[in-house]
Amino acid sequence: MKVTVAEIRNYTMNFGPQHPAAHGVLRIIMEMDGEVIERLDPHIGLLHRGTEKLAETKPFNHSIGYMDRLDYVSMMCNEHAYVLAIEKLLGLEVPLRAQYIRVLFDEVTRILNHLMWIGAHALDIGAMAVFLYAFREREDLLDCYEAASGARMHATYYRPGGVYRDLPNKMPKYESRDGKASSKTEERNRDRDGSMLDFLLAFTDRFPACIDEYETLLTDNRIWKQRTVNIGIVTPEDAMQYGFSGPMLRGSGVEWDLRKKQPYEVYDQLDFRVPLGSTGDCYDRYLVRVEEMRQSNLIIKQCIRWLNGHPGPVMVDNPKLAPPARTEMKQDMEALIHHFKLFTEGYSVPEGQVYTAVEAPKGEFGIFLVSDGANKPYRVKIRAPGFAHLSALDAMSRGHMLADMVAIIGTQDVVFGEIDR
Amino acid sequence: MEAIANRYEANLDWEFAEPNLTVGVSNVYDCLLALRDDPQLVFEQLIDLCAVDYLQYGCESGQKSSKKRYAVVYHLLSVTLNYRMRVITWLDDDSPYAPSIVNIWQSANWLEREAFDLFGIIFTGHPDLRRLLTDYGFVGHPFRKDFPVSGHIEMRYDEMKKRVVYEPVTIEPRVTVPRIIRDEGYSGRDS
Repeated sequence: MKVTVAEIRNYTMNFGPQHPAAHGVLRIIMEMDGEVIERLDPHIGLLHRGTEKLAETKPFNHSIGYMDRLDYVSMMCNEHAYVLAIEKLLGLEVPLRAQYIRVLFDEVTRILNHLMWIGAHALDIGAMAVFLYAFREREDLLDCYEAASGARMHATYYRPGGVYRDLPNKMPKYESRDGKASSKTEERNRDRDGSMLDFLLAFTDRFPACIDEYETLLTDNRIWKQRTVNIGIVTPEDAMQYGFSGPMLRGSGVEWDLRKKQPYEVYDQLDFRVPLGSTGDCYDRYLVRVEEMRQSNLIIKQCIRWLNGHPGPVMVDNPKLAPPARTEMKQDMEALIHHFKLFTEGYSVPEGQVYTAVEAPKGEFGIFLVSDGANKPYRVKIRAPGFAHLSALDAMSRGHMLADMVAIIGTQDVVFGEIDR
Repeated sequence: MEAIANRYEANLDWEFAEPNLTVGVSNVYDCLLALRDDPQLVFEQLIDLCAVDYLQYGCESGQKSSKKRYAVVYHLLSVTLNYRMRVITWLDDDSPYAPSIVNIWQSANWLEREAFDLFGIIFTGHPDLRRLLTDYGFVGHPFRKDFPVSGHIEMRYDEMKKRVVYEPVTIEPRVTVPRIIRDEGYSGRDS
């Protein structure tokens, strides 16, 4: 007797590297059983620039700018981990005002990152409008970046020993195209009459209502819930096995936030709470991140209150590390020599190895720095949170539909600048 | 922690208030497993794994260091006890083999692939030790200290052949700021 069995075959499919839902240049080879994912093999490295190797060939300060370009939507947090590592090796005490400024910008960065994430994540799974709303607020925060550092994204604002300069006393204003005053320009220049801190304070007052708007669009949205609830569930044990950190770990209900547990700068003096998820699915991680934005907003408020009342230095008083004032340089030979040495040779860092980590918006961003006493780092290893998250993409997506994989990439909040380095 | 250090003939020291455990490569797997499962340490997370090439450590350009060449550095984190630790293992110069620890922490999978790709360290027992970050068909291990920053090949799109072609690099390696090691006390810490 002849038995015929229908031939069932798995398909191997290619995804990316140029795909809008891949959040950059991610290529995935997928083994599919119909529409269900059997196995995934992410191919990364398409954005590999050898940042760690480049940092070995440059004086310490030259690489601060490279850190911005790692996770290019949470720029200043990356710089933060790097300058903390150098400061730890040098044994530097940073002025308090600089510490508050750093915390302020870390939280601005967290909001920037989460706004980018909520927009892109929602766009990936079909909600177009959130993206436009999120970018409206991002613009204001990027203006703060620009006012403080001169650059909208790649700020290079933190320096070992403090920050590059104090916060500006005025905000840049829009000009109308024809030079005449118009009501539209006036509207756009609202809140820009005072200092940068006044502008930011006005922002923090209106921002909670903006978060409410995003939540109106998503939190109870039936389609949003169908796409995220019970998708990509990670148990707390698995989350730790995979090396998760940040919202990915907290979404699974593990209470872990470096700002609380291993506080750096002035986080131990600020009042904020750490949201946790319960089931560890995409929806929980969404809720965690939205609440984090609200908490960041509160931290920014506290920092502004402190900064307004406490003027002072923002950089250590050490001519080996901090460049002299321009006027001083023209009069004083010592200052001129220090300036020349600092900008040609840089400074040497004592021999040793340190690991410093900050709670970046995506998770634990760490720098392992080995110095042999030279003016350049001997080895810089960047511990990117997204790297660990993406390496678990295979395990998280197995058994899900193809479209759910897109939701999982979105919830991981991957950025290839930091994964490929 | 001392008990584990003694059991695996490891050397425990502190640097910048961070514990460093230097352990021989033959003991490193058992030692890491013990660190994870010890009820007083519970290192549930492998935060980072990386290799370091000590070829030119402490030397100005061109010279060779007297240290062993490769080390693998593990960064562990205990979420329960809020504690970090670094484990270092030195490898043989001509056969840089280390045991794979994917069975202990899943997160080691890609990290070991990366260390293999960039430093050429072989992790024995790794389920899938392929290159991770470099190009398909890449030759060499770019993060070794004797690999030039400018690399060996460059690529461009050839209009005639209608495809991407690989050629030897045309740019000269250039050092803009020399690497300088000053004597003790020069750095900002003591001044």
